Parts: sequence; C-alpha cells; structure tokens
Amino acid sequence: MLEIQSLSVAYRERLALREITLSVRAGEVLALIGPNGAGKSTLIRVASGMIPLKAGQIRLNQREISGLTAAERARMLAVVPQTHNLPPTFSVYQTVLLGRTPYLGWLGQAGSSDHALVAEALEQAGISELSARLIGELSGGEQQKVLLARALAQSTPILLLDEPTNHLDLRHQTNFLSLVRKLAVEKGLAVLVALHDLNLASLFADRVALLSNGRLQALGSPEQVFSPEILSPVYGVGLRVISHPEYGTPLVLPDGPAADFAPQGRGYMLSAEPMVRLHV
Amino acid sequence: MERMKPSPRVYWIIFLLLAATFVLSITVGAVNIPLERLAAILTGRAGDAENATFAAILLKIRLPHAVLILLTGAALSGSGAAYQGLFRNPLADPYLIGVASGAALGAVFAMSIQWPDSLLGYYAIPIAAFLGSALTVFTVYELARVGKVVPATTMILAGVAVSSFASALTSFMMLRSTAELHRALSWLMGGGTLGGWPPVLASLPYIALGLGVLLTSGHVLNVLQFGDEQAHSLGLNVERVKLWLILAASLATAAAVSFSGVIGFLGLIVPHVVRILWGADYRHTLPLSVLGGASVLLAADTLARVVLAPQVLPVGIITTLAGAPFFLWLLRSTRNQLFG
Repeated sequence: MLEIQSLSVAYRERLALREITLSVRAGEVLALIGPNGAGKSTLIRVASGMIPLKAGQIRLNQREISGLTAAERARMLAVVPQTHNLPPTFSVYQTVLLGRTPYLGWLGQAGSSDHALVAEALEQAGISELSARLIGELSGGEQQKVLLARALAQSTPILLLDEPTNHLDLRHQTNFLSLVRKLAVEKGLAVLVALHDLNLASLFADRVALLSNGRLQALGSPEQVFSPEILSPVYGVGLRVISHPEYGTPLVLPDGPAADFAPQGRGYMLSAEPMVRLHV
Repeated sequence: MERMKPSPRVYWIIFLLLAATFVLSITVGAVNIPLERLAAILTGRAGDAENATFAAILLKIRLPHAVLILLTGAALSGSGAAYQGLFRNPLADPYLIGVASGAALGAVFAMSIQWPDSLLGYYAIPIAAFLGSALTVFTVYELARVGKVVPATTMILAGVAVSSFASALTSFMMLRSTAELHRALSWLMGGGTLGGWPPVLASLPYIALGLGVLLTSGHVLNVLQFGDEQAHSLGLNVERVKLWLILAASLATAAAVSFSGVIGFLGLIVPHVVRILWGADYRHTLPLSVLGGASVLLAADTLARVVLAPQVLPVGIITTLAGAPFFLWLLRSTRNQLFG
C-alpha cells in the first residue's frame, strides 16, 4: 500500500505540489486527474523517488521511501512510463527481463525463476507471442504493454502509471486500462495512474484524486468527484455530467452555448458552398 | 528466446581473428620473420645465431609493440562502446568527445614537468592522462547536456571545441619543450614510439582495471538504454553507476593514449559494426568490441608499418583515413534519427 502524507514538492523556487495526502490500498485503482500542469506527473515521479520531496512523507508498505535503497524501492514499486524514446533494437523478452534488475546482481545474471516470472508477466500482459519481436517493430499500444509486462516482472505490490493511454487509440485505451484493473484486483496491486481522460478514469478507477495547481481539490469515488460544481472551476470550462447508459458511471461532457458546438456549424456548412472540394 | 544473441561461435571467430592479426603483427615488418622461425623461437629451439637475432627482434621489439597495440585497440574500442551506451548516442567516441585529447594534454603536461622522472616513472603518465581525460569528459558532458539527455549536435560541438582547446594547449606545451618535440609529435599522431616492455607494463594495470569494470557492466548499460528515469525505477543508482562507468572508460582511454597517442575513430567504428552484426545487447557489445578493436588496430598497425616501409606511418593516420569517411557516412545515414 502506498501512503502519501502532507507532501510538498518544489521545482526551483515554485511549489509544484502542496500538502498532498492520499493513500492507495492493495487491490485498488486510484486515478490522478487534473488539467495540464496540475502536478499529476510530478506526483508520480516523486512517489517513485525520482525527484526529492520538500516536506511530507511517502511510505511503501509502511516503510519510508527515503530509507530504502534503490533496489529495495524497485522491489516494492514499479513504474510504467510513457513509451517515447525506447531503444528500438531491444527485443521484447530482453526488455521485460530487465524488470528483474532489482533482484539481480551487478552482472544481471538471471536464473530460471526470473525467466519463469518473465514468461508469466508476458502472459498476463497478453503479449507472449511478441516476445521475440523488437521494440521498434511494435505499435504504441504493444509498446505500452511491454512496459506493463516489465513492471509486472518487477513483482512489486505497488504500480504507478504515468498517462499510459496518451498515445493510444480508443480500443487500445480501454483494452489497456481494463487489463490494469484486472491485474489490480487479481494480484492485489495498489495502482496509482495519472489519466488525462476523465471518462476513462470514471470507468476504470475505484477512486479519483483531482489535482489543480499542485493542490488536491477532491478525492473520492467518480460519483462523488464528477460534478460540474467541482470540475468546472478546475478545468475552466462549462461541463455537464451524465450517467453512462449501461454502467451508470458518471460521464463528463463539455457544456456551453449551443452555437459553439458542431451541430450548428455542420448545418451552416451544408447550406453554404464548401470551402474545399473533396474529390472522392 | 532472445533474438540476435551472438552464438559462442562468434566469439571463437573473433578470437581466431585476433590471434591471426597478432601473429601477423609480430612477424611482418622491416624484417619479416618466417612462421617456422617463429615456431622455433617460441618453442625454445632458437639455437643458431640467425635465430637468436630473430628472437631478439621478436622479444624486445615486436612482441611488446604488438601487446601495446592490442591493449590500446581493446581499450579505445571498449571505452567507445561504453561512451556510446552512457551518452545513448552512437556517435560518442573517445576521440570525438575530446577524451583522447584531454588525455594527451594530461600526458604531455606530465612529461613537460618531468613528473615521470621524479615519481612513479612511466606509471605516472597514465595517471596524468586520466586526470586530463576525466576533466574533459565532464566538461563536454556538462556543456552538451540538455536536461538529462546529450543530443548528438551539442555533444559533437562541445567535443570539437574542448578537444581543439586541449590540443592547442598540448601544442603550446610541446613548443615550449623543443627537445621533446619530435618524439612527442609522432607519439601524438599515434606512433607508439616509446619502445619495449615498460609502456606495456605501465598501461596494463590501468587498462585492465578500466576494461574490467566495463566488461562486467553490460547489464547495467542495457538498463541505462531506457533513460535515467526508467533505470532509476528499475532499481539502479543512476548517478553513481554513470560516474563509475565514465571513470572506468576514461581510465582505459587515458592509459591507451598515454603510450600510443591519439588514435581516432577506432572506438566509433568497431562498436558500431558489432552492433550492426550482433545487435545492441551490451553484455555482448562490450566484449566483442574489445576483441574486435584489438584485432582491427593490430591489422591497421601492421599496414602502417609496411605501406611505406622502411618508414613507419603513425597508426592514427590509417584509422583516421578509414574512420573519417565512415563517420561521415554514419552521420548521413542516421541524421534523421539524430537531428530530425
């Protein structure tokens, strides 16, 4: 379980995060939401020990993160980063095997139990058949699953994900997040995931934490947090919240004067001479 | 399951290549030593007077020279592979990033103040060269760094500038001590003019230490290929590990440069060819680069001794004549990835 208490982080002189307190329980998915620059990525990075904190505490299964060595920390907490800048000539298997690094010596000599865990991680991420392929040959969605498999091979109780669906299309977004959710439940992982898309957060997270200007504005179930009164001021745009027709989870739609949206625009365009002719 | 993993056969082939170039290097030169005489000398049957002359050439001149060249090639190529992994940049090379010039500056400075005469003898030169190379590599890294990445553009610019500065200082020092000028100049072009076993013995411990660290760091370099943040989250103490690797690579480079001079492009070409042939797993890239670099430099050195025989060309001329066009080709073929 991941506990963050009264956490503050400063970038140069500016406070990037102020007085954040939240905890992620085993088997739970907590989504970090908020506008650009709200501090989502900063919180992920500080929780993984990448950047120092100015004040407060971070505990991984009751142990203070600053008291852990790099390898100890990596045995408790794994990070799924975004997929840009991966070495294209590494094979999928080789990449996932690097997830065992915190358990290996300097030489990185992997034993049969390590290989068994890598095979299991590939299986759980649904990419066993890709294991001999090179990273550079894969699609964005497949690369994201490779990084997930590598994090699973780390065998940690805590998993952090930094906007993992950013470069994926709708099918891969839902596919990826439902996989994460399933793993959290089945393996009892504490999952903290930064998400841009509010509706994905609503569908796949047990709770959401809304950040704005480095402060925690709201923390609770999507039903509790997703209301126009809470979200509109933070995003600075008119919003409407409706219920998902099937699951009843809240869905967030932009709201405002009708003239700003497409139906009127389309009507206008149909009656006028098209500005660009398309040759079909 | 792991694709492109080089088979043990690859190591055998490259070992045989190294043995062949080594034998070539000790038998070919101003005086050629026939193979049967070599066999006779090595098996201790050097009975007659002629064989005794050959034995003297072999043991006092050829063998130490070949061992020095072997060590130099291994050190430059191995540290080239390591710098490329550390900077995550295929164009990093001890010559291009200025480490070699820094090492030469350190070595010449040590000689100009006659440090070897007062303390440690020959062993002092690699230490001075190491200080010069470490200073240079940190300067280039800090100048070239944008955030935590080192882009090829700034790295090459910083490398060229720092390298030129170090070379100018070196020239200045050499002009001040004219007696040593000729010797130092030919040495700096990669001539390896200090003869006999002392340079071998003086560089061996440093090269062995530097390469020893690098050769066991393949896994760590693999992890570093994913960038500092991912390496950190995989449990690596990134800053400390990088410092160790930079120091080890600089030590190996410095010891090589101390007695063989600045030999360009070897550390660029050999690791690159290794990666093209056998993939980017540093657990194999490093040892194969070390063996390949030793072999290639032995061949280049043999060529340098026979092409204008009896005159001996500095081997740096050969590697640069072959390496600079290769570098330009590499720059052109990878410019979209590097500068796009």
